[in-house]
Amino acid sequence: MTSVRRPEHLAPPEVFYNDTEAKKYSQNSRIIEIQEQMSERALELLTLPEDEPCYVLDIGCGSGLSGSVLDEQGHFWVGVDISSAMLDVAQDREVEGDLILGDMGEGMPFRAGTFDGAISISALQWLCNADKTHHNPVKRLYKFFSTLNACLSRTGRAVFQFYPENSNQVELITSQAMKAGFYGGVVVDYPNSTKAKKFFLVLMTGGNMPLPKALGTDGESSSVAYSKKRELDRARGSKGKSLKNSREWILEKKERRRRQGRNTRADTKYTGRKRSGRF
Amino acid sequence: MKLLTHNVLSSKCLKGVSVGYPLRLNATDIKVVDVDYNSEFVSRMIPKINYSALYDAAQSIGHLNGLPDAVVDDFESNEDFLKAVHHVLLEVDIVSGDLECPESGRKFPITRGIPNMLVNENEVNEINGSNGYNN
Repeated sequence: MTSVRRPEHLAPPEVFYNDTEAKKYSQNSRIIEIQEQMSERALELLTLPEDEPCYVLDIGCGSGLSGSVLDEQGHFWVGVDISSAMLDVAQDREVEGDLILGDMGEGMPFRAGTFDGAISISALQWLCNADKTHHNPVKRLYKFFSTLNACLSRTGRAVFQFYPENSNQVELITSQAMKAGFYGGVVVDYPNSTKAKKFFLVLMTGGNMPLPKALGTDGESSSVAYSKKRELDRARGSKGKSLKNSREWILEKKERRRRQGRNTRADTKYTGRKRSGRF
Repeated sequence: MKLLTHNVLSSKCLKGVSVGYPLRLNATDIKVVDVDYNSEFVSRMIPKINYSALYDAAQSIGHLNGLPDAVVDDFESNEDFLKAVHHVLLEVDIVSGDLECPESGRKFPITRGIPNMLVNENEVNEINGSNGYNN
């Protein structure tokens, strides 16, 4: 697998989603299609009362692609996003919902019990990063979830489609959501496919209910599908340590000793070679 | 920004602000747009919104358009009342101006119809993680 760097690692969201990046979300038909499919699935998991226009919060609404799906189903929505470039695109597209410039990690600035539900497409993973010195991901996640819990109605749900980097991130996010008083968990669609696999965090306010069934599981348990393969691949990559006793490992060790000012033999073509059989 | 959004926004995430509601609305540019009338949504929202805050906000920007000062008893079937609420809630659009926190006086600017609710690190309300309450 080629290692495509995750956007969260490049820059904070308000910087990453600049004018060029934002433009993709109104012109690139593939991005639009994927975003709409994920929004439709998220809305399905949200299980809003049928044939009733609801008031929904869209967190990380961006250019309002997920909002269009809400419009189609006759719901009214309010979108929050941290990127003003993305909100400008949304404004140019003349979306139906209202837009607010805000940071999830600072909490949701709404009155208690306002919304019938909340959806969020590909935004939650941004909260796991500390982009500023005063950012503390655990506190920001907790603040976000507790204020979100307050602004949902008593039967409201929140559904987040997100791209976790590893299993620890899933653990961090769910534990903070539970601490903030939510029930629920993660639903993994198509767990056996690398590309179609999608993570949905389904949070419920009014008591614990069974999680909706994931797509493409064929009766298999979806909880084991998460593998650590990606993490291992990365550990062997540029950042991690080399394999022990290999030539690279010896060279690194010698280099370290040299930096410490200790007596070290020069590197030659013989460094790290095996002795021949004569010994 | 619609008055419906103004009606649900609060500034309680600021440090030292306990209620932060309703935000004072100062509008410099207002536009009236056409939004499809949905009686079901309006009647569902009436018990949820803070009606007096809506009335005060509409009055302060001069867009009352015959909105009564209290919810009528038969609001679910009173078509004229629902239409008046619909107009004020969804069709009056604030393009620029600002929102002001009633307690701290902190101003949140509105540009191109988008309120900027970002706050600085030193203004954020610290959370108390142990008991799960936000105060």
